[in-house]
Amino acid sequence: MSTPTRSPESDIHHSRMDDLSGIVPSPVRPTSDRPLLLIGLGAVAVWLVLWQVVGLHMVVGLVVGYLAFLLVSYLYYRAAGGQRVGLDIVVRWLVYAAFVCAVVPLISMLWTVIGQGLPLAFEWFFISTDMKGITGTHDQAYAAGEGPLVGGAGHAIIGTLIVTGLATVISVPIGMFTAIYLVEYGGKNALARGIRFLVDVMTGIPSIVAGLFAFALFTQIFGIRDAKMGLAGAVALSVLMIPTVVRNSEEMLRIVPNELREASLALGVPKWRTIAKVVLPTAASGLASGITLAIARVIGETAPLLVAIGFAREFNWNFLEGPMNTLAVYTYWMFTKPLSPAVIEPSQERAWAAALLLVILVVALNLLARFIAKIFAPKSGR
Amino acid sequence: MSKRIDVNNLNIFYGDFHAVKDVSMVIEPKSVTAFIGPSGCGKSTFIRTLNRMHEVIPGARVEGEVSIDGQNLYGRGVDPVDVRRQVGMVFQRPNPFPTMSIRDNVLAGVRLNSKRMSRKAADELCEQSLRGANLWNEVKDRLDKPGSGLSGGQQQRLCIARAIAVQPEVLLMDEPCSALDPISTLAIEDLINELKSDYTVVIVTHNMQQAARVSDRTGFFNLEATGQPGQLVEFDDTQKIFNNPTKKATEDYISGRFG
Amino acid sequence: MTRATSSAHKPVRRPGDVVFSSLSLGSGILILLILALVAVFLIWQGMPALTAEREEISGGEGFFSYVWPLVFGTVVASLIAMVLATPVAVGIALFVSHYAPRRVGNAIGFVIDLLAAVPSVVFGMWGMAVFAKQLVPLYDWLSQNLAFIPIFDGRSATGRTLLTAAVVLAVMILPIITSVSREVFLQTPRLHEEAALALGATKWEMIRTAVLPFGAPGVIGGVMLGLGRALGETMAVAIILSPGVFTWVLTASGNNTIPAEIALNFPEAAGLRLSELIAAGLVLFVLTLAVNLFARWIVEKRSEFSGAN
Repeated sequence: MSTPTRSPESDIHHSRMDDLSGIVPSPVRPTSDRPLLLIGLGAVAVWLVLWQVVGLHMVVGLVVGYLAFLLVSYLYYRAAGGQRVGLDIVVRWLVYAAFVCAVVPLISMLWTVIGQGLPLAFEWFFISTDMKGITGTHDQAYAAGEGPLVGGAGHAIIGTLIVTGLATVISVPIGMFTAIYLVEYGGKNALARGIRFLVDVMTGIPSIVAGLFAFALFTQIFGIRDAKMGLAGAVALSVLMIPTVVRNSEEMLRIVPNELREASLALGVPKWRTIAKVVLPTAASGLASGITLAIARVIGETAPLLVAIGFAREFNWNFLEGPMNTLAVYTYWMFTKPLSPAVIEPSQERAWAAALLLVILVVALNLLARFIAKIFAPKSGR
Repeated sequence: MSKRIDVNNLNIFYGDFHAVKDVSMVIEPKSVTAFIGPSGCGKSTFIRTLNRMHEVIPGARVEGEVSIDGQNLYGRGVDPVDVRRQVGMVFQRPNPFPTMSIRDNVLAGVRLNSKRMSRKAADELCEQSLRGANLWNEVKDRLDKPGSGLSGGQQQRLCIARAIAVQPEVLLMDEPCSALDPISTLAIEDLINELKSDYTVVIVTHNMQQAARVSDRTGFFNLEATGQPGQLVEFDDTQKIFNNPTKKATEDYISGRFG
Repeated sequence: MTRATSSAHKPVRRPGDVVFSSLSLGSGILILLILALVAVFLIWQGMPALTAEREEISGGEGFFSYVWPLVFGTVVASLIAMVLATPVAVGIALFVSHYAPRRVGNAIGFVIDLLAAVPSVVFGMWGMAVFAKQLVPLYDWLSQNLAFIPIFDGRSATGRTLLTAAVVLAVMILPIITSVSREVFLQTPRLHEEAALALGATKWEMIRTAVLPFGAPGVIGGVMLGLGRALGETMAVAIILSPGVFTWVLTASGNNTIPAEIALNFPEAAGLRLSELIAAGLVLFVLTLAVNLFARWIVEKRSEFSGAN
């Protein structure tokens, strides 16, 4: 233990392990976890004193307490187990803290959305009506207790379903066939490599740029007056959705064992039937789950729709004419441009309710994707 | 239902790499022909060219001629899909379709080609093929269960049933027992013996005893050095190859001096 | 390797195969086309702004003067987000891959995926209504005690500053960096890890010598992806930031980013103003393109040395 020699065997494993010279083989003494608890309790005490007695901001106290905890446990374990053990403990608790950093905003956000949105989100009138004819005076009357809260997001819910559905109808065939080309036909040829590269590039297109593209395209075709329509939004979303579908599908097709393709080809089945009847069914659950995730990714998009579809106050079932609304855009408008600037609460209530519906939709899609992947996983048979 | 295969000056390439050089042989109908040889000598590559399955590998191509009853597989206007319907193939690892039941697996060759077939005819074909593969008695009560639920040996026999359900003339087997335990191997070897009364069977094997047990004629493939193309060193009656080979290399390999 | 399958003759092709392979090829080419169209239409529609007289552009000093403060705001907010998010994301990825038990790890993976799925408009609302308020005391303290550093020389009563937006962006790109890092960390060869542990390494030493070097290219790729995402993120910034003219101060309102500028002004824009915004979108497109290409280049360059293949 005390001689810092590197065993010669470590070299032949892999060059990566040459780096082991970085390890200082100082002795490590056994330590117990119990002192951590004591130090932790001490840190909590420090936090409470700073917060309640000294009067510092709660978060500041927490940070100071945490840093004190790190420092004391490092010093203690360094004394008890050696410098390497001390460092190990510190890193462990840094990693735990990182996790907390991600969870706190998530919980706070969900808490806010649920708390603010719940009162209105499941009211039937909110889900079933639109904002036709609703103005600031209605909101003022409601705030003064002289009338009911009126106006809902029904048109936005319908719009979300239509636009996202349309985007799915456009993206899925293009994305799937592209993935089929990449896996089954292209292989490693130059075109396939080019497409793969550009799909990567496409993944990075900012959503608002996709919206601008759709707007510019439809302005060119229909003229600037009639450019804003549901289809334009669907095209914008497709630009964002196609690369996700290609990536997910490509991955799923790739894990279909080659042996199955060979088995089918050896039976005298043409290649296209092999793909359509053996490869795709085998990958079906993965493909469906990937598509569901792609839908989840675009269903909450606001910016491209804001630009490409505009904003409608009422039900519009025709995606080829006039603006539509979607939950995300509705949320944004209600939140930032309240009907009555003097009384913003009713509009904010609507915004949070729509946001809650949107979050529920997205979470449901994510759960659905997991469910599909798990339940219909290959090998279970029909 | 079985036919004779003539191979004439066949050369196989992977891109620029010359994999197999100048193979010529005659494979008799209703016989079992085995190919043996060390790893990488091109025997699996060669057997794939007998039904153009090598074309699945990007960059693979052949020069020369393979004829089945006088018709060149590589002739102008010959569709590889038709070739594969005549020449069936069983692979190293059992590969039943995981999304299909046992019955659907057997009928896959017909179904995937969208041939219409009455329920009765389908049942008959299914039973006949499974009987032909010595599997009927083991699975007749669970034809609707997934094929991947069977044991390895049963799966391999299912694959054989699937291959003979398209009624080919030749059956190619690429190391069909290498992933199986001894008892399953024995079942397959018995089956091969029965199959030869109807089909021309060609089998690649790593196992010399297996070649000696099942085949009528044996071909020995070898390569002079790594990077060199594989060659057919000797091709003769199995008895002769194992008891009294002509070439020194064959004798060395058979007696376990290398490989 | 260009000779796909053929032997001496042209292969026979069935109609089904021809249709199917052309459909596949067509879709692939359509993707190339879409991408080209995006560039073409942005250039075409943005061109009037690029060629207009200086006086006609908002601010009256030409397109460049108009766009550079926006580029500055975009880049600064994104860089801050990247710097904040990276260590946390790597920490979470390590937590999931090497510290938490497998079941817990999977559950956390799902939570992180959820964070990625939350619509950006919701992030924006939360950032403005909840988070920005929490930062006001911090901005007060910074502007009182660190005002000699120019970026802290100012305070905001609402907390709706570029720094707040950047912190929210950091939370938004966290899941992207985390999921990419988690993937590569999980792929670390067991042999390397066990070799390190067998030589007496502590957990951290094992991670430092086996996991991090192996995962580094992947992590960098993930960070760049996150940066690209932050550059293009619209709604969160549009809602949170109280925009204004260019300023070095990050703890007070002011500045704006390209996507937020477009989202805020597009609904009412017309004529040359429209072109201006589209041209700004073009600049954003080029910016994200550059970042993504750079990311790919790094990942490919590094992966040659990583032993990943």
